[in-house]
Amino acid sequence: MKLRRTMLYVPGNNPNMVKDAHIYRSDSVMFDLEDSVSVNEKDSARFLIFQALRCIDYENTETVVRINGLNTPFGADDVEAMVRARPHVIRLPKTETAEDIRQVDSLISKVEKKAGIEEGSIKLFAAIENARGVVNAYQIALSSPRLVGIAFGAEDFVTNLNTQRSKEGLELFTARQEILMASRAAGLHAIDTVFADVNDDEGFRREVELIKSMGFDGKSVINPRQVSIVHEIYTPTFEQIHSARKILRAIEKAEREGSGVAAVDGRMIDKPIVERARRTLELAQLSGIYLDEIEEEESDAQ
Amino acid sequence: MPSNAAGREIPSKIAGLDLVKPFEGAFVNTPLVRKQKGSRTLPRLNKLMESLEQAILNSELKDGMTISFHHHLRNGDMVLNMVMDVIANLGIKNLTVASSSLTTAHEPLIRHIKNGVVTRLVTSGLRDKLADEISHGLMDIPVMFHSHGGRARMIESGEMKIDVAFLGVPSCDVYGNANGYSGPSACGSLGYAMVDAVHASKVILVTDNLVEYPNTPFSIHQDQVDSIVQVDQIGDPEGISAGALRMTRNPRDILIAQYATHVIEHSGYMEDGFSLQTGSGSISLAVTNFLRDVMIRKKYTASFALGGITGSIVGLHEEGLIKRLLDVQSFDMEAIRSIAENRYHTEIDASYYANPHNKGCATNKINVVILSAMEIDTSFNVNVLTGSDGVIRGASGGHSDTAIGSGISIIVAPLFRGRTATVVDRVQTIITPGETVDVLVTDHGVAVNPKRQDIYDRLKTKHLPIYTIEQLQKKAEKVTGRPEPVKFEKRVVGVVEYRDGTILDVIHQVKD
Repeated sequence: MKLRRTMLYVPGNNPNMVKDAHIYRSDSVMFDLEDSVSVNEKDSARFLIFQALRCIDYENTETVVRINGLNTPFGADDVEAMVRARPHVIRLPKTETAEDIRQVDSLISKVEKKAGIEEGSIKLFAAIENARGVVNAYQIALSSPRLVGIAFGAEDFVTNLNTQRSKEGLELFTARQEILMASRAAGLHAIDTVFADVNDDEGFRREVELIKSMGFDGKSVINPRQVSIVHEIYTPTFEQIHSARKILRAIEKAEREGSGVAAVDGRMIDKPIVERARRTLELAQLSGIYLDEIEEEESDAQ
Repeated sequence: MPSNAAGREIPSKIAGLDLVKPFEGAFVNTPLVRKQKGSRTLPRLNKLMESLEQAILNSELKDGMTISFHHHLRNGDMVLNMVMDVIANLGIKNLTVASSSLTTAHEPLIRHIKNGVVTRLVTSGLRDKLADEISHGLMDIPVMFHSHGGRARMIESGEMKIDVAFLGVPSCDVYGNANGYSGPSACGSLGYAMVDAVHASKVILVTDNLVEYPNTPFSIHQDQVDSIVQVDQIGDPEGISAGALRMTRNPRDILIAQYATHVIEHSGYMEDGFSLQTGSGSISLAVTNFLRDVMIRKKYTASFALGGITGSIVGLHEEGLIKRLLDVQSFDMEAIRSIAENRYHTEIDASYYANPHNKGCATNKINVVILSAMEIDTSFNVNVLTGSDGVIRGASGGHSDTAIGSGISIIVAPLFRGRTATVVDRVQTIITPGETVDVLVTDHGVAVNPKRQDIYDRLKTKHLPIYTIEQLQKKAEKVTGRPEPVKFEKRVVGVVEYRDGTILDVIHQVKD
């Protein structure tokens, strides 16, 4: 299981932020060549991100580059340069159809071949940012073997819908659901949109709790301070870990004793419960929780 | 047998007395009292002088002497410039100016140096244009840089003799009882000035707020003061203190503060009753806020906080989390308010704070200190005085005093500032020797001084990004590259005195 709880936006024309974007320990950093870079800086940003990816060790952080669309004068050059810079993922903005992804996919393949890079090694993320993209979400999800996830971009989406974002987020509900369904059906990650008011920690927290309970794998974030909030909400609590361990111990015991059924606290344990427990522990481990310490705490408590 | 002035016969020899001095009249040997009971217009009922000029003339200030100032009015200070202008007009030359520090406000000193009025400086630090000119060879005699504790030591030991101290005081009565926390130019503690008041041969107070006698509680005592000059204004409140230092929103500072808090929590030095000094930088303030959460969670209270006191520290004190405050310098309006109101917010002088050779200074009692750095090298030596271009632009302050005195000294700094690295092979100037620095916390990771294996052992299982300091230096160099070394002339423009009076480093003139 790979974690993509947080994808941190980094403007591609800001060397100070680019040089060490990984220190905030988001699961992914996304260098943006698109909307945060003005037209007259497109080439210098592309050059900066190319050099950064070739020179700087981003350690265990997944590197993502948001390129300009292929329907702009910059998209093809972005692909040419970025494939050679070898980020883990290229993210295509404003994806509307499966064909959009297939075009990028084939261009990436061409450059990979020219540059002697193993074909298929660069992954793809599709960002869906309007109604057309939402309607086509499932086709998009199936469009390329490179695709690892779909991100939702709400700012353009609400404009397209002739509305604006509200605190409750009702206007985003269907799009979120559609994108989530398409992603799950195709076995991809689903990443929610950014929350723009970086000073509203409480509102941000509420939104993260909402999208987590909906089933999203994570969220795009625009300020490093948002990273730890998302991680905190996505990290299983001590109680959840404790209960997951209890479930797994009970099922192991039942299997050892040849009994097909197990119960914890008077509740039958069936397959989905076991699967959820395993997922909780895996998530805990990947979130940096040290299970040996939890074990110590458990034995202390007994 | 001769009679004394009271008409009594006093033998010229009395067993047990080496010398018999007969009474000569009540007024003869006590010049500072009324000569005639009942007169209300006699000269020494107050010590007010007509003007600074008169006070200076009365002090018998002469060429070649040493005069002192304090820097509690920080960037708002008007006293030093005011006094220097009068001295220059009087034609006095070749003076040593020993201010506890020099700030942006003191740029006019350049003129007095060029005119030969000032030929030596003794200070904790230098800033901006004055610093720049000195780095480029303005003075013939190198500037002597000291720590706050080192200055108190050199004054108390007599190594530096102050002939006349000019001390700006925010409130004062006619007899010289002065404090720093009331009046329009309030600055809080007068900790640095208190040492000068005790030891200078002549003490002249300069105030813009003359109050009714006796001005209690006082920090400078009437028995230490020769004369008082009233002026319109001693300082600009804007420059004296930060209004309210706000919690930073800078994610990089917050990240460093979180790591530092984690280090403190698990270092072995944070326990119920611990003590701390955190300073006034934005990272330090964030650490103070995060420590509050840890203290509440662990139900710890601190016995005291030391040093430059800020509103955040005052907040923790008022919440009951820190029992006592020892204040040598009050950084913001909250700290100034608190020292005026609260008897457990105690003013201390610079010797009590950090003099290494007195019978016990407060820095020795500190468990945890948070310090900054312009540069730190792979031997943990810290530079807070000269920039990466070799130009002086900082102050020694209490850095080396608290680093050695504390149980754990923690340097907080980003790995890069702009395009220069903070962690380097060799710092430009050593202010605090690496052997007294325990932990470095950067935004890229934490390094523990190999001398402190005990701290390393406690931290290594605590999920911090721990590296060796060499690894951090390499990380930085990989991004910044290796800068061309700064070029210097042979000539020495600054001498760094360690707190014990020995010479730790020298600063050379930068080559243009």
